[in-house]
Amino acid sequence: MIRSLPIAGRVGLFFVAAWLLLAVIGPSIAPHPVGAVVAPDVYGAFSAAHPLGTDYLGRDMLSRILHGARFTIGLALVAALAASITGTTLALVAATAGGWVDEVMSRLMDTLISIPSKMLALVMVASFGSSVGLLILTAAVSYTPGAFRIARSLAVNVKTLEYVQAARARGERLPYVAVVEILPNMVNPMLADFGLRFVFVVLLLSGMSFLGLGVQPPNADLGSLVRENISGLFEGAPAVVMPAIAIATLTVSVNLLIDGISGRARTVEA
Amino acid sequence: MAPLVEVQGLRVVVRKGAGDAAIVDDVSFAIPKGEVLALIGESGSGKTTIALSLLGYARRGCRIAGGSIRIGETKVLDLDDEGLYELRGRQVSYIAQSAASAFNPMKTIMDQVVEGAVIHGTLTRAAAEAKAVELFTALALPDPKNIGARYPHQVSGGQLQRLMAAMALITDPELVVLDEPTTALDVTTQIEVLRAFKKVVRERGATAVYVSHDLAVVAQMADQILVLSDGKMREVGATDDILVRPKHPYTQSLLAAAAPKPRGEATATQAAPLLEIRGLVAGYGRVGADGLPATRVLDDIDLTIARGSTIGVIGESGSGKTTLARVVAGLVPAARGTVLFNGQPLPTNLKERTREQFRRIQIVFQNADTVLNPTHTIERILARPLAFYHGVRGEEARKRIARLLDLVKLPATLAGRKPAELSGGQKQRVNLARALAAEPDLILCDEVTSALDTVVGAAVLDLLAELRRELGVSYMFISHDISTVRAVCDEVVVLYSGCKVDSGSRKALAAPPFHPYADLLISSVPELRTGWLDGLPARLAVEAPAPGAEKPPAGLCTFLDRCPVRIAGKCDREAPPRRALGGGKEILCHHTSAELEALQA
Repeated sequence: MIRSLPIAGRVGLFFVAAWLLLAVIGPSIAPHPVGAVVAPDVYGAFSAAHPLGTDYLGRDMLSRILHGARFTIGLALVAALAASITGTTLALVAATAGGWVDEVMSRLMDTLISIPSKMLALVMVASFGSSVGLLILTAAVSYTPGAFRIARSLAVNVKTLEYVQAARARGERLPYVAVVEILPNMVNPMLADFGLRFVFVVLLLSGMSFLGLGVQPPNADLGSLVRENISGLFEGAPAVVMPAIAIATLTVSVNLLIDGISGRARTVEA
Repeated sequence: MAPLVEVQGLRVVVRKGAGDAAIVDDVSFAIPKGEVLALIGESGSGKTTIALSLLGYARRGCRIAGGSIRIGETKVLDLDDEGLYELRGRQVSYIAQSAASAFNPMKTIMDQVVEGAVIHGTLTRAAAEAKAVELFTALALPDPKNIGARYPHQVSGGQLQRLMAAMALITDPELVVLDEPTTALDVTTQIEVLRAFKKVVRERGATAVYVSHDLAVVAQMADQILVLSDGKMREVGATDDILVRPKHPYTQSLLAAAAPKPRGEATATQAAPLLEIRGLVAGYGRVGADGLPATRVLDDIDLTIARGSTIGVIGESGSGKTTLARVVAGLVPAARGTVLFNGQPLPTNLKERTREQFRRIQIVFQNADTVLNPTHTIERILARPLAFYHGVRGEEARKRIARLLDLVKLPATLAGRKPAELSGGQKQRVNLARALAAEPDLILCDEVTSALDTVVGAAVLDLLAELRRELGVSYMFISHDISTVRAVCDEVVVLYSGCKVDSGSRKALAAPPFHPYADLLISSVPELRTGWLDGLPARLAVEAPAPGAEKPPAGLCTFLDRCPVRIAGKCDREAPPRRALGGGKEILCHHTSAELEALQA
């Protein structure tokens, strides 16, 4: 499995695995608690005591990132999973039922997709206040229509294939056709789509946190780390560069891995 | 004089694990100028690989590993990229199997036909267009001056194939490679394309390599035949020698499979018919106020299948034969008419059918590659109907699966594999085994052998006949290939444009009188002898209509615009009567039996 991945895919796999590991064990290996002010100087440079420097209050950046990764990755994972699973399930229902069911569901999703995700998130936070649950729900709702569209077009294609026709002619009920005949043949592209959604959610959450509407202090996800240290940008402080690099490696590596997997799926089919 | 093309010890390998596996091994041949060499063999025999290597090309993952290819003065395998570019533009050209996918639907035909010559700077645009019109005329295309302005979807499949030939010939190449150019066409269309190809090859003295799996087609086109299997040369010789005095056992088996022998005798009892269709009308699209669908595919079809017998349904693509099977299977609802199964009315709607009705009628689809779910194992595919219809599970199911695989002559070890690991013939057998698992009374076979090689197809036909003897199932056998239908069916129905134009027993299909369309269909099947194409009667030179061409007005004979023997003032005024010709034969035509016999003598 790993061997069949191209080199870029393997690099992606390595970084994704590393980030997942950090999300799990990060807080327990962090040298300092998340809110502790440990250094006398703010925007400290790389040093032995603080390998990634210190932030605008003199907190250890390495610890901040190790704690923050859990928020970014955890939130994005849950939200992207929710979006992909809901989208795929609804799409299967729409595609197999067809007719007016499909029509109504598709138009509803089109309506949802026309709302910009960031606007939706801002409105939600403005009305209900920021909380982890709300952020997950918002991200999941705004990315479900995209997953639905892709899954529906896949399901509609698979539905016309002869093995599905054969199942229909055998007298199979629609749920069986959807789950046993159609679903397994959409899993690969939907996995690739899931990876993309994950990246979108990371960026959405980071953006929200950057605006100060995401995860609230003293906790911080990678996006809020960039925001709170933004004034250090002019001093070239590692405190603002490091979390930005963290976001970049996470999103790019997920993309590399997905491209590797879907590319492999293509060569297997050919 | 040295031959124009000379291939010595050609070897093409494919990367496989650590080492290389040869897919073409030690192939040598020579083609004198102006002659046609046919490469014949089953799929996977390496014939297309050899054809492509003449253009200095190997498919992805393959590599030309040895040997030499000389075309004229050029040593193809020594060329660099630039040399190959020149070679492909001027010296060698390629005609692919599917013209439909070789043309860009967004550009006019003329743009694409002259493209090669203009890009390579062989001709100016104006000269190339003049040349193209000349080629269109030579290829017997209708309206040669203006056909170039059309888009690919505006011409028929056979015309498109000839236009592709024009595209290949525009640079006056020394060698033309034709890769299964008529395989995807209907027999009636194939004939017009073969005629045009033959004429052009003869008039222009073109040297050609003709790749095909069909010996009868090759017999018309080739001077020499090279027989391949598993990438190795089995036999090479003059066409007549190969056809009449084949030496290699493999060639003999190919020849035997190409002339199908009758299988299975009519064992039909006089009991009530198994399936009876009366006045069936069906189609697709929105259902109008009169209860008829927008596009009518089947019109007033009557058909009876006796228990234990096999009925053949033939016709070209678009004749409605697949729709007929789908109506019986319940996938397409009937707009009018009744379907009786065992004397009981059969709902033509999936929702209203009982599980027992589903079980007793099984459909076997055409394309073995898409009919098995690629994510399921063979065991799972076969286990489903056993559990679904018979409630058989666990150990008992495993035994039944082993028995089913044995019945279709597959090893039991296949059960754990996925469809992608099986060959085309094996997949078609699993497809059949799945239908048999239901223990049906009637199996609808939709073009079950069309996608298979001749030898494999013949084995599947043998299997069908054997199962019929052992299990007493009935078949509705749908095919465009009249020789297969003749081989397995007791009765035959000929469909044209959704109408039943001719029907009768297998014997009635052997000699005139036929309906004019049945005559065209039957006489268009290439025979396994040289000179058949040249000796064809003129009445068979009928162009297939272009897509979107207007159909004859409702009520009149649907074959009117193509019929070579239509009676002016009669056929275009009155609906044709259904004539019973004795012996159970029925045709839909104004001509009397005697008139038809005289015309088709």
